[in-house]
Amino acid sequence: MSPDLLKLIFGRLGIDSLPLHEPILVGTFIMVALGGITLFAGVTYFRLWGYLWREWFTTVDHKRIGIMYMILGIVMLLRGFADALMMRAQQALAFNGSEGFLPAHHYDQVFTAHGVIMIFFVAMPLVTGLMNYVVPLQIGARDVSFPFLNNFSFWMTVGGAVLVMASLFIGEFARTGWLAYPPLSNIGYSPDVGVDYYIWALQVAGVGTTLSGINLICTIVKLRCPGMTMMKMPVFTWTSLCTNILIVASFPVLTVVLALLSLDRYVGTNFFTNDFGGSPMMYVNLIWIWGHPEVYILVLPAFGIFSEVTSTFSGKRLFGYTSMVYATVVITILSYLVWLHHFFTMGSGASVNSFFGITTMIISIPTGAKMFNWLFTMYRGRIRYELPMLWTIAFMLTFVIGGMTGVLLAVPPADFVLHNSLFLIAHFHNVIIGGVVFGAFAGINYWFPKAFGFKLDPFWGKLSFWFWVTGFYMAFMPLYVLGLMGVTRRLRVFDDPSLQIWFVIAAIGAGLVFLGILSMLMQFAVSFLKREQLKDVTGDPWDARTLEWATSSPPPDYNFAFTPVVHDNDAWWDMKKRGYQRPLVGFKSIHMPRSTGTGIILAGFATAMGFGLIWYIWWLAALSFIALLAVGIGHTFNYHRDFDIPADDVIRTEDARTKLLAGAK
Amino acid sequence: MSRLKILALLPLAAALSGCNYVVLAPAGDIAAQQRDLVIISTILMLLIVVPVMALTVLFAWRYRQSNSSARYEPDWDHSTKLELVIWSAPLLIIVCLGALTWMGTHLLDPYRTLGRIHADRAIDQSKAPLEVDVVALDWKWLFIYPDYGIATVNDLAAPVDRPINFRITASSVMNSFYIPALAGQIYAMPGMETKLHAVVNHAGTFKGFSANYSGAGFSGMHFNFQGLDDKGFDAWVAQAKSAGGSLGRAEYLQLEKPSENEPVRRWGTVESDLYRLILNMCVETGKMCQSEMMAIDAKGGNGHEGLNNTLPLSYDKYARRGTEFGPEPSFVAGTCTPDAPQGQTTAAIKAPLDTAPLIGAGLKRPTFSPLKSSSFFLGQRPKSDS
Amino acid sequence: MTVAVNPVQTGEPVFYLADEHPHPEGYSTSLGFWIYLMSDCLIFAMLFAAFGVLGANYAAGPAPKDLFDLDLVAVNTSMLLLSSITYGFAMLTMQQNKIAQTQMWLLITGLFGAAFIGIELTEFAHMIHEGATPQRSAFLSAFFTLVGTHGLHVSCGLIWLVTLMVQVWRYGLIEANRRRLMCLSMFWHFLDVVWIGVFTFVYLLGVLR
Repeated sequence: MSPDLLKLIFGRLGIDSLPLHEPILVGTFIMVALGGITLFAGVTYFRLWGYLWREWFTTVDHKRIGIMYMILGIVMLLRGFADALMMRAQQALAFNGSEGFLPAHHYDQVFTAHGVIMIFFVAMPLVTGLMNYVVPLQIGARDVSFPFLNNFSFWMTVGGAVLVMASLFIGEFARTGWLAYPPLSNIGYSPDVGVDYYIWALQVAGVGTTLSGINLICTIVKLRCPGMTMMKMPVFTWTSLCTNILIVASFPVLTVVLALLSLDRYVGTNFFTNDFGGSPMMYVNLIWIWGHPEVYILVLPAFGIFSEVTSTFSGKRLFGYTSMVYATVVITILSYLVWLHHFFTMGSGASVNSFFGITTMIISIPTGAKMFNWLFTMYRGRIRYELPMLWTIAFMLTFVIGGMTGVLLAVPPADFVLHNSLFLIAHFHNVIIGGVVFGAFAGINYWFPKAFGFKLDPFWGKLSFWFWVTGFYMAFMPLYVLGLMGVTRRLRVFDDPSLQIWFVIAAIGAGLVFLGILSMLMQFAVSFLKREQLKDVTGDPWDARTLEWATSSPPPDYNFAFTPVVHDNDAWWDMKKRGYQRPLVGFKSIHMPRSTGTGIILAGFATAMGFGLIWYIWWLAALSFIALLAVGIGHTFNYHRDFDIPADDVIRTEDARTKLLAGAK
Repeated sequence: MSRLKILALLPLAAALSGCNYVVLAPAGDIAAQQRDLVIISTILMLLIVVPVMALTVLFAWRYRQSNSSARYEPDWDHSTKLELVIWSAPLLIIVCLGALTWMGTHLLDPYRTLGRIHADRAIDQSKAPLEVDVVALDWKWLFIYPDYGIATVNDLAAPVDRPINFRITASSVMNSFYIPALAGQIYAMPGMETKLHAVVNHAGTFKGFSANYSGAGFSGMHFNFQGLDDKGFDAWVAQAKSAGGSLGRAEYLQLEKPSENEPVRRWGTVESDLYRLILNMCVETGKMCQSEMMAIDAKGGNGHEGLNNTLPLSYDKYARRGTEFGPEPSFVAGTCTPDAPQGQTTAAIKAPLDTAPLIGAGLKRPTFSPLKSSSFFLGQRPKSDS
Repeated sequence: MTVAVNPVQTGEPVFYLADEHPHPEGYSTSLGFWIYLMSDCLIFAMLFAAFGVLGANYAAGPAPKDLFDLDLVAVNTSMLLLSSITYGFAMLTMQQNKIAQTQMWLLITGLFGAAFIGIELTEFAHMIHEGATPQRSAFLSAFFTLVGTHGLHVSCGLIWLVTLMVQVWRYGLIEANRRRLMCLSMFWHFLDVVWIGVFTFVYLLGVLR
């Protein structure tokens, strides 16, 4: 075939785009392919495709979508962590003239992919998954406001993840660092597909995230059960509300800045170029206007989880509910006034720098107040050290260190000596692992029995906990030290042999974290095998306080047979205290949304369009776009999106639960 | 937790002796003041962090379920006094830290000329500061000494106790110019100039590098910075002079091409306008300088004539610069004679002459220029009209 | 956990609704659409910001006063403003359940919208033909992107408008269609407001600059 025809059909995709010369990648590909084939064969053998399609892929049930988000987050955690291990190994080895085992071409992709995956495809899905699962239950709703949109959002996130994963085996990922600063990320200096993978993965996933943000805001604002005023909402719901407001008010900025970058890369406009009046500094400003709220998007839900967990396991009302809520709102607003602290070293005037430094410090006041609120929730409590509480204590001790180094970095002259150093790396891993990841794990251990009807195994859970915590300290405390020795980030080789010991310790720490992850997977497996022993039929295994524990575990499709009425911010605690009696008769049919495959199909086309645009396969991009439009419009012609769960089904489900509860007594 | 930390620290204690905490023990006065700020801020924050950590451990232990002797008040959830304390304690610390930040940021503004050589030594008016023009290239550093007419790659030296004025730019992508022993870092960006004022107080050889990832050769983008006594510095200059060679526009365009792990190179003479040409991105013959372009733009553009003043790009720094849908790569053609570009430099802030310490009694209010809207948004101060 | 088997007695606090009415379909739609519009507004805000920063970077090329034909833009603006008015008429007739008149006003709105897009494309084609392409300078990049994004929104609105006309024709002015017409109405007026911003900040202030 002629080269022109080949180019028309395959764009810039060719045999040489496959990294066949990289043994690490070929090995990984074989492993992934074998795993994929096994999974595929297993699903086919057990005839699960129909079940998966009907019950999971096309579901609009917020609980199942929440669980799928969590699975996505954990799968991507394995990929992102594999990158982390490779970086730690490379930096521990590349001394005394050794080049390590990763060439620059590969290493630079690894640290970029690590950052992108961990933020967008691990932390975001974990947080979104927990919000999706828990928020409607906590506010006594049957589902989210827009159930179809919820399914669509999830599959768009998956689409982004698929593109990032595809870059591993087809072509390459960006070699620019996780925020892809121009001019480096512009076509002149990154002519390959890497940055395009970055752009389209984030654009596809970003649409999903924005829509899911709109959805959850509406859910919280409109679908709260009677009696639940704003100031009676559980704190997790409050932090979710603020997080989703942040999502809606910041992700469009990311969309725009990436769109402008892609215009620069595809049609040669001059937004961020050096010549023709472009301004790379504008990119840095714009992306951090999204980027700083993003870290609060991640950490606020974690704060909510810690609030729920502390209060539940201390057997006590949350101390200072009102100030907790105001602190959350203040953090939400302030998070927009601090973006410049990410680039004090760009040459802004001293007044500008100190303004942004001081606003950054001010955020630590509400955060500090929150910390005290958790402390005084524990004060005069009866603390039960179940797994969620262990993670919470680890968080409180770890996060203050990260917070402290964060405030230190907000002092511009201090930032001049620590910016981009390993001290900074240690700082943000300290807050993201210590805050978001520990929070997600506390949440997983806390709500797992709600989602599946059995607790997680405590032995493997504790093992995982100790591996993670010790591993974290071993991996990141040396980075603080290295930062004070003036070692900068993203270096591939070193020439000062005295540094090596610290990198070796950090690598051992990363190894411990790896054991922690393995223990966690083991915990899931063991818990599943021992599910009869770990079973909880009450629906309230922790003697908890909020509404999600009022229904069965797992909750029925319709969540609550009757819509609850709330009188207190610890609604379920209040109900238990005042002798609430579960209704046994009078069930009616319940109106519910119907499953649809449109979401996954639309997201599939969006992903295909992204792939076409990345590789300059214009026919694929155009066809996918037309299909996207056609399916989307076609979907609006479907006016029958609901159905009624018959009263008989409700009665059957509720009677089964009555029997279970009677047996448990 | 504490036990674990001790465990983690044990093997490190042995390694400590060989370590060089350059950020905490720098050789330059600016870096030393920045170090002081790091330490003071940390101590200020420890005032609240240590009690919080201690209380966490204490409460976690004392109110454990098995300790039935501890009080249990399941409904106690509010105390106005306590709320006041928990909001005001961090507030007070941030007030102190904020004041420190405001002053420290102005006093240690890298654009500010030095007011002192060392904590106890005022600046010596008889010695002119050393001017150094820094260019971040892919992936090496070019240093031009305009007063001596010499240039080096990956080799920087300065006499002890003589103020250094760096003017910093880059050729292609963003880098960050950082010598931890001397002073904090500042970005090096193409088409823009950043400034750094610093002084080295001890003789010695120190590490300098780029602190902002800039592509494949980033790891090898480091150099040695030598603090020398006056005699040593003269010898160093003479060494460069004797290296001969001349760094002109053609040589620069050759040098600018990407290369990794460059050895030290020296030139005995350097074209006097080279730095300004680099800063204004018009080293290539016939390309319009940024300064000229900005002057035209300030007067309202070039009108319809400006539609046809681009020329095809004649050189390729990398494999490809054009985009799939855009036109062929081009540049704006210059209209003035390229040998006499109208270079502009950024404004520096004059520091008052005093040796007052950064903190403590007698701290003077720093001078600062009012905020301008463009600098506010872009993070780069406007160029002066000079 | 204790669960009593007897039903709730009177006088006890109510903990659930024995007789509830599900939220009507589309209960959250207008709020959701408002929030979407706000996120879209942010997209335009960013593009305005980009234009604000780059709007004077002509790269020794043409400036707004050399390029903009204010008469044409004024005509264009009136097209969009008129389309907003006619959309308002469509909503009024919808309230009165007059399908045919609603459809007619929607059609007129669509024609005005199409005229707007047509004039805008003519303007773009003229500028590109002259050599003032988006690649010529950062100012032109920002200009084409801001105005083009608005035009893209109007085009999407047109596709949506046609879809809705088909749906009204097939299913009548049922509740769901009324809600959708309401959402499109908000969208259409929102684009109008954005255009006022574009007209003022890009065209008028640009020519004055």
